[in-house]
Amino acid sequence: MSATLRLRDQRFEVRHGMTVRSAMLALVLEPDAYLATRDGELITDDEILREGEEIRLIAVISGGSGSSSEVWQ
Amino acid sequence: MKCRKCGAKAAIHMRQHKLALCADHFRRWIPSQTQRTIEKYDMFESRDRLLVAVSGGKDSLALWDVLLDLGYHADGLYLDLGIDAGEYSKLSRSYCEAFARSRDQRLIIMRVSDQLGVSIPDAARITRRGRDKPCSICGLAKRHLMNRTALEERYDVLVTGHNLDDEAATLFGNTLNWQVGYLKRQGPVLEERPGFVRKAKPFCRIYERETAAYALLRGIDYVYKECPYADGAKSIYYKEKLNQMERERPGIKLSFYLSFLRAKRDMQFVEREAQPGFNTCPDCGSPTSSDGYCAFCRVKARISQPSEALERNS
Repeated sequence: MSATLRLRDQRFEVRHGMTVRSAMLALVLEPDAYLATRDGELITDDEILREGEEIRLIAVISGGSGSSSEVWQ
Repeated sequence: MKCRKCGAKAAIHMRQHKLALCADHFRRWIPSQTQRTIEKYDMFESRDRLLVAVSGGKDSLALWDVLLDLGYHADGLYLDLGIDAGEYSKLSRSYCEAFARSRDQRLIIMRVSDQLGVSIPDAARITRRGRDKPCSICGLAKRHLMNRTALEERYDVLVTGHNLDDEAATLFGNTLNWQVGYLKRQGPVLEERPGFVRKAKPFCRIYERETAAYALLRGIDYVYKECPYADGAKSIYYKEKLNQMERERPGIKLSFYLSFLRAKRDMQFVEREAQPGFNTCPDCGSPTSSDGYCAFCRVKARISQPSEALERNS
């Protein structure tokens, strides 16, 4: 059995027993660019992945609309 | 990991502050940090009328929520850009409307096509500005229309949801390209000048990850889908690079931005020559550094008479 990390419509199978952070790094996902939730609750990335569970990752980076790339005026 | 305040299970760990908090304490921590930033940079006072530029995204809606929670008079302004044949903008607008309704607040809605004649993607195509990436014209139109609306509606301050990651990415890009003119003007506040409303960024010291966590914990629904034009945007590239550094050196994004602000305070980016005076645009009355029409009205003219304008520029 393993655990699953879900990011939008993608699902990644990882070993249970490792931390969320280690799993993200193994998947080459930058930990500072995501939040992790378990059953809808926000969790820290030192949480140990439990057998068979699914952790949802929420991407937090946004931009590109011009609002953040230029200085006002 | 446990909450430093109460020992309950932590919901978030902010490595740059060596601080872990539970959901309840984090929900209180964000408004208190925002208030500290407002006071530190003398952004505005409780009697001021604020206009919050909202996009339907996490940062601007979280900021509106925090400002209301802190007791400020804050109305919203949504600019409908007409992105993705109107679909993306329609979705973004619906989140802003739902938020305003739930808090019983005023939301001003302005359609860019009513002001410019066409949507932002069409404006980029017609003027050939940005080609298939309308980000440049989008920024120009937003800055112009937000400023104009805030002045016309007599708000004291225009407030935007720029977070620390936005500011650090902008700084990173402007430093890599030595855009000294932009570096001189970047900061938490842009002072009011004739024709320009005062602008402030109360989230400028809060990481993007934390504004997202706050929105989630406050139950704020926001548009999660990224703008279709954001793919490959430079600002996102810079954010990714900064996050890679942050993993190795927690706090590096914050110190990059704060040390820049200290350098500015210590006059490391002093103006060598007087800023050029502004003229008044004969069409909309906005200030402009050019002799004739402002950049927004020049774009508008090119849209209404594309062939003539293109001939002039060829």
